[in-house]
Order: sequence, then structure tokens, then C-alpha cells
Amino acid sequence: MNRALIIGAVLSGAFALAALISFVWVPYDVTGVDIANRLKAPSLGHLFGTDHFGRDIFSMIMVGARTSIAVAVVAVGIGMLIGIPLGLAAAARKGSLLDELIMRGNDLVFAFPSLLIAIMITAVFGASAVNAIVAIGIFNIPVFARLVRGAALSLWTKDYVLAARVSGKGAARISFEHILPNVTNLLIVQGTIQFSLGILAEAGLSYVGLGAQPPTPSWGRMLAESQTMFSFAPHLAIFPGLAILLTVLGLNLMGDGLRDVLDPRLRRARR
Amino acid sequence: MKFMTKLSTVSALAMTVASGALAAGDMTVALQLEPPHLDPTSAAAGAIDSVLYANVFEGLTRFTSDGSIIPGLAKSWEISEDGLTYTFMLAEGVTFHDGTTMDAEDVKFSLDRARAEDSANAQKALYAGITSVDVVDPLTVKLTLAEPNGSMLFNLAWGDAVIVAPESIEGIKQQPVGTGAFKFGSWVQGDSITLEKNDAYWGTPAVLDNVTFKFISDPSAAFAAVMAEDVDVFSGYPAPENVPQFEADARFQVLIVDTEGETILSTNNKMPPFDNVMVRKAMSHAIDRQAIIDGAMFGLGTPIGTHFAPHHPDYVDLTAGSNYDPELAKKMLAEAGYADGFKTTLKLPPPSYARRGGEIIAAQLREVGIEAEISNLEWAQWLEQVFKGKDFGLTIVSHTEPMDIGIYARPDYYFQYDKPEFQALNTSLEAEADPAKRKELAVAMQKMIAEDAVNGYLFQLAVPTIAKAGVVGLWESAPTQATDMTAVHWKE
Repeated sequence: MNRALIIGAVLSGAFALAALISFVWVPYDVTGVDIANRLKAPSLGHLFGTDHFGRDIFSMIMVGARTSIAVAVVAVGIGMLIGIPLGLAAAARKGSLLDELIMRGNDLVFAFPSLLIAIMITAVFGASAVNAIVAIGIFNIPVFARLVRGAALSLWTKDYVLAARVSGKGAARISFEHILPNVTNLLIVQGTIQFSLGILAEAGLSYVGLGAQPPTPSWGRMLAESQTMFSFAPHLAIFPGLAILLTVLGLNLMGDGLRDVLDPRLRRARR
Repeated sequence: MKFMTKLSTVSALAMTVASGALAAGDMTVALQLEPPHLDPTSAAAGAIDSVLYANVFEGLTRFTSDGSIIPGLAKSWEISEDGLTYTFMLAEGVTFHDGTTMDAEDVKFSLDRARAEDSANAQKALYAGITSVDVVDPLTVKLTLAEPNGSMLFNLAWGDAVIVAPESIEGIKQQPVGTGAFKFGSWVQGDSITLEKNDAYWGTPAVLDNVTFKFISDPSAAFAAVMAEDVDVFSGYPAPENVPQFEADARFQVLIVDTEGETILSTNNKMPPFDNVMVRKAMSHAIDRQAIIDGAMFGLGTPIGTHFAPHHPDYVDLTAGSNYDPELAKKMLAEAGYADGFKTTLKLPPPSYARRGGEIIAAQLREVGIEAEISNLEWAQWLEQVFKGKDFGLTIVSHTEPMDIGIYARPDYYFQYDKPEFQALNTSLEAEADPAKRKELAVAMQKMIAEDAVNGYLFQLAVPTIAKAGVVGLWESAPTQATDMTAVHWKE
């Protein structure tokens, strides 16, 4: 078995599990405040301590995982849902005006620094988790479109695709029946990487106050709020920081591991 | 990691903000907010006064640190028996920084400009009672009032009534020319304003040669700047949670400065359901003031029960009338027909008292069934949406003008309290000169707005000023927004 894949899956699985559990149970309510118990150091009662409003940081990390994962899932989903058909279409009509339009459009989106555009979108439409999702999602589109187009181009020259064409199948049908299944492993790997980037982007946006709005807990905002208190209550920054670090690390390891497992060429090379 | 790069950017920013005072007679003072322009007579922005009041511009009278009114450009005055005529004797030999003489004509120009029909003065209403300003001789000015006004000397001490010259009024927003102990040096927008000592000052000259005001609004950048000793003074330090650290550090002294800032949960009195007094009263019982003071201000601030400064002699403590009692709040909401609560908006400007206080208040309101949806706004957006547009349910803001209960007599003021009885009381107060009667009126007004729970009264804002141990002469309370540097110096 692949060690990176296992470590990665365990790490990111732990956070996914925490997020899932938080729907039905958290140790403490994260929307209420309990000023008398603020800034408590980690203890048995509060595993990760409490923040400046007396909220339990462990519970906030759990619910924050939900925010992060939800944003990343939907953002990657948007990217895949729009990016993949675009990439397939561009590959099917290689060299045509459509191909040019799609790919140059992608270049256009790529040309802007993603965080900057995200800030612009949230500035125009207001700061909220939904707008953060849209902003991050838009930047996932060209990633998937390019990936799919590149992979699909080489597949179009394959004999089985030729056979399908000879038997009278249209471009759209070939794309979905023959091309797409053969790029799935690439998509899974890239999806995992994009997922970790999405979590980072969400943390970055909420750090500057443009992500999920209070009282919804968010790792990035927890970090931002902890800054002036870091010197006397370091647990405020350490735990959300670790949460981001471990999730992103886990997802990246998992992505690497998946690539090793799924890519036939790499698999053959190892044997 | 993303957050690590953010942190290092912040400290890098703090570095660039830094430039310690090398020459012995210089001082760097950090403030949170940069002024939009430099004319205190045509804008409400307190940041303008924070830099210029008493330093560059002076009025006929002026505030001292303890809130009393002392002579400014007017060395003395006489008030007629009927209280309708004020005769001011001006100080001799006063010149503006551009060399022109300050005389009665300038006083007339300044006050006429402030009370003019098309005046942009933010406190125009304070000077509306003046019917004429007459030049008796170059050093004597006579003010005639429509009716007696017990607060006229106080009103004239505001930054909005400083004396400006017709010769330099054109460029005042970029190049302010006043009579103060400091003259304007330069303004690096987004960074700092430098004032230079006025060698031709008519009164007691300033001790310092140069004063640089640096603008640092980010709390963590502020912390870094003070800790690295990049600034000598931070007036209005934005993160109260760091105060114990500075107190424990021998390099610094901490002044907890009482301000005139009544910090309130402003409520849109015209917007249902807040037009129902029962709902407003219920909210006042749903809020735990002490939790807000502890949670948002780390203990700094005095609870208030009405819109009046606790250090004012006419203050009455009405906090008991709106004590924290969530059960009572729920009952009152039910009586008002909102047993299931309701939804509203809570729009928060940037200061931490608002952002943090807002989260605490939203949690407390949720306890009684009121869902307040938080949106964080920048100051410009806040002014646009809340203050001008009146598009809000609730907001939190500190009203830092001194003795400003009169804003409740303006029906079109942003929280839109419209009660003729209150307006009548305010008119009598403005006309009354007898201290005992004034007190009676002021108490009645305080009680009326507390009774009507116009806004949620939270606490009197106290802001920490962090200074290096060797700094002497800073204001220990702030009767008006000002950073009076005229008497500040380094310990020998």
C-alpha cells in the first residue's frame, strides 16, 4: 500500500469526520458567548481552551472544518461541473473557433491573481461564505478545463476512439463515453489538490474578513482574531493554524498517493 | 502557509511605518484614523481634530484635559445681563502661520462661515443661535444671540469653531493655516502628517520641535509598532487586550483615557419592529453590559444607562432601569407580539468595540429570540449606508462629541428619534444659563431617552494611550477629540 495515501487519508478523513460529527454534536455551543470563561488555556474541560468570548476552540475547529470543507467542496464542484465540459468540448473541436474561445477565456481568468479577484467579488457583492465559494469556484474552472483538454487531445488519437467515430458516434457521445472515463483518475488527483487549495483560499479570505461572516466559525477568521492575543494566549492561534496545516498537508499527501496508485504508467514503473 | 505570509506582511508594514524620534525634541504619535482632509470646520470626522485641534487651530475658547473651558484666542469676555450679548477681548499680537494678523475680522469671518446658510460645518446647529457677529475694534468682537444660550462658551471651544483666515481658506483642506503653537508641515497621504513648532507663537510656545502623526489602524500592526518603539505615543490604542502587557513593561506608561464616547447600540427607531417602544425596552433587558465591557474592551469602560457621560456632574445613573434580565426581555417581546422573535440587521464599523461588541450582542439577542445578522462595514460604507442612508436595524457606534444629548432632538438624525416633548426640553436647555435649572433639564432628558429605550446604552468608551515612559504632558481624559501636543515634552 501507498504510505502517503494512508497518512493523507487519515489526516483529511479525521477533519471530514469532525465536520460530519459537528452536524449532530459539538462539545459546546459555538454561537453563544461565555465571557466569564474567556481565554482559558487548554484543559480537560476545554481540550483546546477557550477564545476571547469564552467559546470552546475545539468545537469551533469542528464547525470550522464544516465551513472550510463545504466551501472547498462546492468550489471544486463548480470548477469541475463547468471546467470539464469546456475542456471536453475544446478537445473535440481542436483548432476551431470554439476551442480558441474556451482556451483564451481560460487564459483570461488565469491572468488575474485569484485572491485579488476574490476580494473584488466579495467587495462588490458583499462578504459572505457564498460569495467566497463563487470566487474560489471560478478559479477552479480553467484548471479543470485545461487538464481535461490536454488529456483528451491525446485520447482522441487512440484507436478505440477512431473505432467509435467509425461506428457513427457523435463528438459529444464519444467525449462522455470514451474520453471522460479515461481522464477520471487525473481528475481525482487534481480535484484533491484543488480541494486543499480551496481550503487555503477560504482561510485566506476569511482572514481578511471576506469569507464566512460571524458568528459562523471559520479557521481563517479565528487566526485573524487571535493576532493581538497571540503573545498571551497562543492557543488561540495554534489550533486553527494546525487545523489548516494538517488538512492541507493531508489532502496534498492524499493527492500524491492517489496519483501514484491511479496512474497506470507510474504503477508499471514501480513493478 | 498563507497565514504565516500574512503575519510577516503585517510586521513588514509595521517596519515601514517606523522611524523613531532621533532628535531629542521630536515625537512620533500614532493614531488609528487618518483625516480625510484638514479642515475641522467643514467635516464631522473626528480624525481631523485628533491631529489639528489645539495644535494648529485655536478657537475663542478651548477645552482643557479635565473638560473645563479656558480662554483661547479670546483672553477675556463679558456677557450682558440678559445673556444675549457676548463681548470677546482678543489676545494681542496673534498671527496666522502665513504671517497675516489674526483680528476681529477673522473671528467674524470664521463664525459667519460656520453658521452660514450653505455652511458645511458639522455642528452648524450649535452656532445657529448667533444672530450677528460684529467687529467693535480690531481686538473686540461682539456676538448677539437670538436667545440666551448657556452653552455658548462651550460650543465655541469645539474644533468646529476654530478661527480661520479668509486669506488661506481656499487651500485649508490640504494646507491648513491656523494660529496654534504648531504649524502644518507635510502630509504623506496614507502614512503621516508632520507638524512643526511655530516660533512666532503668541502664547506659551510648544516644547517639541516636530510632531509626526502616524496612522496605524490595524491592531496587530499597532502592537508591533509600539513594542518595537517605532512610535513614542499611541493615542487611542486599538487593542485593549494588550494593555496588561504594556503595564507590565517598564519601557511604557499606560493612560486609560476617559472619553466623551457614549457607546450605544443604535436602533433605527423608524423601522418596524423598533418603532415599538416595548421591543426596544425588551432589547435593553436582553443586553448584558458588563459582558460586553469585559469581552470587547477587556474591562475598559463604564456602564451607562443613558446618553450622557458618567464624569459629567449632571449625569444620573439609569443602568438599573435596563438591567440584564433575559426572561423579562422575552416576556416583553411576547407582549409586543414578537413571542417568536424577529430578524434584523446589525451593521458594524471597524473599531473592536463594535466588531467584538457586535458578536456578543448578537449572541445575547439570540438568547431572547432576536436574530441579528452581522455585517462588517468599513467606515466609508458605514457612513453611506447607516449614517446617511439610514438603512440599518441596529449598529454599534461610540458618539464621541462632548455633551451631545441634543442629537436626540433631531428627528432626521440617523436613529430617527422623534419626540416633541424631548425637543422642547432640549430647546429650554439650550436657552438656560442657570446651572441648577440646567441640571434639572439635563436629568429629565436623560430619563426620557432611557425610558423610551431609544438606543441600547452600553458603556462610556475609555481608550488606552500607550506612551514611552519618558513622555510627559499628555491629556489624561479627552473632553473632545484632540491630541493636544502643545505642552507635551520628554522628561529631562
